[in-house]
Amino acid sequence: MDQDIIKSLKGLFTMVVVLGVVVMVLLVGLVFLQQNPGVLVSKNEGEKENPPPLVTENLVKDGVHVATGLVAEKGYETVIANCTNCHAANLITQNRGNKEHWEKLIDWMQETQGLWDLGQNEEIIVDYLAAYYAPVQRGRRANLDEIEWYELEE
Amino acid sequence: MTNEDKQTPSVNSRRKFLRNSVLATVAAAVGAKVVFASSMPEGYVPVVLQGDDPYKLFKKDKDLIVLNNKPWNLESQPHLLDDKVTPADKMFIRNNGLIPASIDEESWELVLDGEAVSSPKTYSLETLKRDFKHYTYQLTLECGGNGRSEFYPPASGNQWKTGAVSCASWTGVRLKDVLEDVGIRDNAVYIGYHSADTHLSGDPGKEPISRGVPITKALQEETLLAFEMNGEAIPIAHGYPLRLVAGGYPASASGKWLKRISVRDKVHDGTKMAAPSYRVPCKPVSPGDEVPDEEMCIIESMPVKSLITYPKSGAMIDLGDSLEIRGHAWAGELEVSELHVSIDFGATWQVCKLAPPVNRLAWQHFTTKVEFPQEGYYEVWARATDSNGESQPMVVPGWNPKGYLNNACHRIAVKVS
Repeated sequence: MDQDIIKSLKGLFTMVVVLGVVVMVLLVGLVFLQQNPGVLVSKNEGEKENPPPLVTENLVKDGVHVATGLVAEKGYETVIANCTNCHAANLITQNRGNKEHWEKLIDWMQETQGLWDLGQNEEIIVDYLAAYYAPVQRGRRANLDEIEWYELEE
Repeated sequence: MTNEDKQTPSVNSRRKFLRNSVLATVAAAVGAKVVFASSMPEGYVPVVLQGDDPYKLFKKDKDLIVLNNKPWNLESQPHLLDDKVTPADKMFIRNNGLIPASIDEESWELVLDGEAVSSPKTYSLETLKRDFKHYTYQLTLECGGNGRSEFYPPASGNQWKTGAVSCASWTGVRLKDVLEDVGIRDNAVYIGYHSADTHLSGDPGKEPISRGVPITKALQEETLLAFEMNGEAIPIAHGYPLRLVAGGYPASASGKWLKRISVRDKVHDGTKMAAPSYRVPCKPVSPGDEVPDEEMCIIESMPVKSLITYPKSGAMIDLGDSLEIRGHAWAGELEVSELHVSIDFGATWQVCKLAPPVNRLAWQHFTTKVEFPQEGYYEVWARATDSNGESQPMVVPGWNPKGYLNNACHRIAVKVS
């Protein structure tokens, strides 16, 4: 009888040890997965070429709306909502003009390009553009700027 | 492992997967099934996808500058244009509308019509290629607004610096041969092109651009219906599978994705032919003046101009070293007769070696060596003179409402220490 008890105890002990090892492996695995969440995701080339966008649509950095490059001051959301449906924001950010200039441009877009009546938004948009995209007088030729100096090897 | 080794079936199936997903996106974007999807050439990416990486999409050099992504407008830079024949990856893109969502070369047709043709005629692209003699020319194409960013008061539109110019080798058939085949009447004044691109508003009733050239320009030896650029099919962004190329005129006259040419009995009245588009004041005006439409004249031949393509601006050299200068010069319908450079802001000029054009309307190459008298900051200025004796201005030329034709001298910065 003693032999049987010892045998059963041995079996039980072995089971406990095996279970313990399994639990340990699972725990280590879970911790590893928590730190490396990408491990189980299949690495298909298509996904590699299309990483998720790093910036959200509304991110503002250093006073600039990242997705459009527009100065993130009063009125810029109205500009985005009304202007960037038809053309890129960089058509705005690279241009300069006073109030009259921007008003005329809006008139032209309404007359020829199918821009809708902006209603009360027109004032918001024009004020914003005239304030942050105003002309800068630079003479008949500006100095060269943004020169990247480099050693010329001949 | 070589590149060929990588072309395994899994890569191909991935391509197919990408292409199919691209097609699905296109279909969603244009709200319609993509016509001719099955006959799209391998490697052809429908460019209706506006959010994609333009460098990958158009196989462009990373140093090109994106001025606009709707429509696509990419600018090159002087030092990228050093090649004698501009390669596709360094060529600027100026689009007015959206690149056609689907293009099928096999079913592509060109219609010839208008008041001044005896009877309208349609040619398949295949017929054009088969029935007419092929010609190859290097042709300078420059955007009318190249250099616009320097005008004050600022002119609206893409703020081009100096990089909206190219001189590639174009192969096609002569427009004059095709016009002769169609038969044009004595009352022909102008031709107007119609293309397959779509208006930014998506309105199918609106053309983004439909310009043309006087009949005399249309009948010139070098005016081509081109289907090849630098010996290959024209890249999609540059007008695949067929475009008009009228060198020496504002590049807007060289319609891409060409579907129809109308021979008109009057000046063509298509989109962007009317004032103020591609027109300048007939008489000089003060900066900021309002100019009535009837006092604006169509731009024809582009003015004399040059570009220093080597070295890149910002070169630092040692005192005593001479500096090699290279570049190109062009003069619209004329030839460039002389090229000078100055290192003292125009106080003195030295003449450069200037090669003749390889054919009419091709840009010309210049080289010289300059030496610097002492350490310090310098600018090397280049100034071309055309065969009529007209030179480039050193200041920004006369202001115009749309900021066209800035042919002021190009200059680069050099530091000697």
